Amino acid sequence: MKINFILNGREIELTVPSDIRVVDLLREELDLTGTKESCGSGECGACTILVDGQSRLSCLMLAAQLQGREVTTIEGLAGNEGRHPVQEAFVQAGAVQCGFCTPGMVLAAVDLLGHRPDPSRAEIREGLSGNLCRCTGYQKIVDAVEMAVHREKG
Amino acid sequence: MPDGRIPQIGVVFPRTDALTKVSGEEKFAADYYGQDLVWAGVKRAGIPHARLKSLDVDQARQVPGVIAVLTHLDIPGENRQGVVRKDQPVLVDDKVRHAGDALALVLAESKPALAAALNSIRCELEPLPGVFDPEQALAEGAPLVHEDNPEGNLLLKAEVKTGETESVWEECAAVIEACFETPHQEHCFLETESGWAKVESNGKIVIVASTQTPFRDRTEVAQVLGRDHTGIRVIAPYAGGAFGGKDGITVQSLLGLAALHSQGRPVKMWWDREESFSAGTKRHPARMYYRLGAKADGTLHAVEVRLYLDTGPYDHLGGAVMTQAVEHSGGPYRIPHAWLRGWAVYTNNPIGGAFRGFGVAQVTAAMEQMMDLLAAKLDLDPVQIRLKNAVRRGDKNCVGVTLTGSAGLSECLEKMAAHPRWQERQTWIRAAGLLKRRGVGLAAVMQAVGYGPFVPDVANAKVELTLEGKIRVYSGVVDMGQGNAATNLQIAGSILSQTPAQMELILPDTDRTLPSGSASASRCTYTFGNALIGAAQALKERILQRSADLLMAAGPDELVLVSGLVRRVTTGQEIPLAVLAKWLTDAERIAVYRFRAPVAQERPAKDDQVRLHGLPHCIFSYGAHLAMVEVDELTGAVEVKGYLAITDSGRVLNPQTYEQQIHGGIVQGLGYALSEDFRVTDGLIQTSDLATYIIPTAMDVPDMLSIPVEINEPTGPFGLKGVGEVAMNGPLPAVANAVAAACGGRCYSFPLTSERVLQLMTAS
Ligand code: FES
Ligand code: FES
Repeated sequence: MKINFILNGREIELTVPSDIRVVDLLREELDLTGTKESCGSGECGACTILVDGQSRLSCLMLAAQLQGREVTTIEGLAGNEGRHPVQEAFVQAGAVQCGFCTPGMVLAAVDLLGHRPDPSRAEIREGLSGNLCRCTGYQKIVDAVEMAVHREKG
Repeated sequence: MPDGRIPQIGVVFPRTDALTKVSGEEKFAADYYGQDLVWAGVKRAGIPHARLKSLDVDQARQVPGVIAVLTHLDIPGENRQGVVRKDQPVLVDDKVRHAGDALALVLAESKPALAAALNSIRCELEPLPGVFDPEQALAEGAPLVHEDNPEGNLLLKAEVKTGETESVWEECAAVIEACFETPHQEHCFLETESGWAKVESNGKIVIVASTQTPFRDRTEVAQVLGRDHTGIRVIAPYAGGAFGGKDGITVQSLLGLAALHSQGRPVKMWWDREESFSAGTKRHPARMYYRLGAKADGTLHAVEVRLYLDTGPYDHLGGAVMTQAVEHSGGPYRIPHAWLRGWAVYTNNPIGGAFRGFGVAQVTAAMEQMMDLLAAKLDLDPVQIRLKNAVRRGDKNCVGVTLTGSAGLSECLEKMAAHPRWQERQTWIRAAGLLKRRGVGLAAVMQAVGYGPFVPDVANAKVELTLEGKIRVYSGVVDMGQGNAATNLQIAGSILSQTPAQMELILPDTDRTLPSGSASASRCTYTFGNALIGAAQALKERILQRSADLLMAAGPDELVLVSGLVRRVTTGQEIPLAVLAKWLTDAERIAVYRFRAPVAQERPAKDDQVRLHGLPHCIFSYGAHLAMVEVDELTGAVEVKGYLAITDSGRVLNPQTYEQQIHGGIVQGLGYALSEDFRVTDGLIQTSDLATYIIPTAMDVPDMLSIPVEINEPTGPFGLKGVGEVAMNGPLPAVANAVAAACGGRCYSFPLTSERVLQLMTAS
């Protein structure tokens, strides 16, 4: 089947099998391996992408669901600006260890800040609770989200 | 680069790898695909113990899109692998010994074709009675996991005896006896086992794998494929977590075999989460019998320990894990009379293997609860009884080894005793809300650094001045997330005065970097860092000496190295490194240095096998942990409200990476303590995904406080000791002690699920 959607700011048209998952489409067909897979069943958040600005689990979506949507993967988050403020904060705060959860975690944080521009630490923890990280113990991830908020405020 | 400054030791240096990871550019092993990709997958047994009668793969071979279906008959070399004892088949040839055993390997054009072929493999398996408990496995008449093992189901026994064993108990004012059981723990790295392989035009097999051990993998794969190791190249990108679960072969041998049948096309294997659970290794479950006695003033007098570790059907590193458990089983204390025994036992359960802490998490869980039980019986303060017995430099530890290195446990405990969280605990406990109970618990921890006396704990560092004038650092030890690659840049950059932009990093690759051992045993930066200091200093001297010659200076004293160039301070003349590089031969542009970690000279165990498996060590990191918990009286749910870890792992090179290790270890330990309830019934895993096996989320853990006690370790690079594991050992006992304080009773099986805690409160 044919689908059209906006991927990281560019309109694309693709012919894909109707049953292909979005995570496979991105990784195997489009070479966007920044989107990770870690459970394949909606439990870890590693495959998080933004669809129309909302975080979605790409392992639970079929390509057809992207028709007409605007998709942002980690590769397209910063646009032409080098690093998105949340990415920069993750680097500076030490929120990245093995980094396998990082793309999903960053996108979940971006989504969270979209809904709640000035979250408390508890709200950050709750907002990121669908994304597992086995390395950091989460504290520096929470620090990073706070840091991104403060930098935005200026 | 995160920072344009020359890195210095002791200050935060944002990790260079964070940049490519945060942007999604970094390529993990799981991210390798390529043109004409072939998918490889494995047929697993699904039952824990059975004789393989026949394997019918004909139908699978007919599935459209299938390239090859391989069995043990297709293995050109030896069909047994293992780090110490070679007892694990690559593909089963005689018997299935656990449900995750591999029966056949399929290569296919696509994932659907692969799945269809795996489903159409028919295997005739004759079920055998299984054995699922280590003590039962040692009993007379138990079903045998390996019929050819002369010691039945015993893999290895370790024993250490110091002082007396009989009369000493009468000399104690208090004696405590208890038995503790800890469960399997699953690593749950986010990047499940994965790799990619290809035969190059020159015949060399290239394997890119998510691994902690590229050099050892190369040897093992070579044996399986019946080739010389020079015909194999293993490349280890940044791993997406490992924690010990990638210490040894996962996909590597299967991929090497697959590559031989893919007609030059690249092959990829990536276990899904369920396969990772069933085929991957886990922390060994342990049953631990303890007897501990002390004088009335709290001076420890005698300890007797019996440990049973369930290693599943294969050694993997089970013998070494058990030996390390025995070595640490008396805790970081002076105890004159110790009788410590351990058994690593074969069963038909999932495979036990390396996992952060390496046997120490289990025994610390037991010993630190024993210390609280003893303190309560003698009516002593839990910090003071630990402080009274804490090993100090020059003391003999519980296996009788004289501690010549730094030993900062007392300093950690003194800081703990003075800390407001300890001092003001009663106020905090009294402030518990309605239907809540609060408790504060402690644990003292330690962790050996390195391999021990027998297996050479060696690293070979290599540093190059490139023709472009950059400093290229060849990392010999894998970075599985702990940040040692960036630390290598920090070390080399600080010695050679180069900014990150002036440096390049080569990750472990058996064709490019030098063998430097595994990423394990809290040794990565300790051992490799020492080697790297030597190599970087040698290169620096050469650069300065050759520059002095070129500038006709009297000697290198007139010269300094700054980022990108050498400056003659007496005249202001400068030579860019790119210019200097052209005056050096290729050999001169490279400096290498070898370091071997020191070893203890004592021989506490009579059996040489025990020494071979790593006992004893001579350098340890230490710490004191405190957990503040709140228990819900209605549900039994335990919430950790606060956590404090005071750690002596020598000097801190980068406070940020250091704290990452402490935080990560604590939270992995909190999962072990509270929620990670890995269930296996008759060899079959009941918790086979992340919905049923619960690791902590951001909501389940508190903000933690980490305080380093920076005592210089004389043998460490810049005074450092390993910090990768030590924090893992504290949370279970600290939380258990806190819950016991809150509930007035104690659980002896873990994790402390709400059901267990509720039951405990009902009973007490
Ligand atoms: S891979 Fe999609 S939620 Fe885990
Ligand atoms: S950084 Fe490794 S899983 Fe989060």
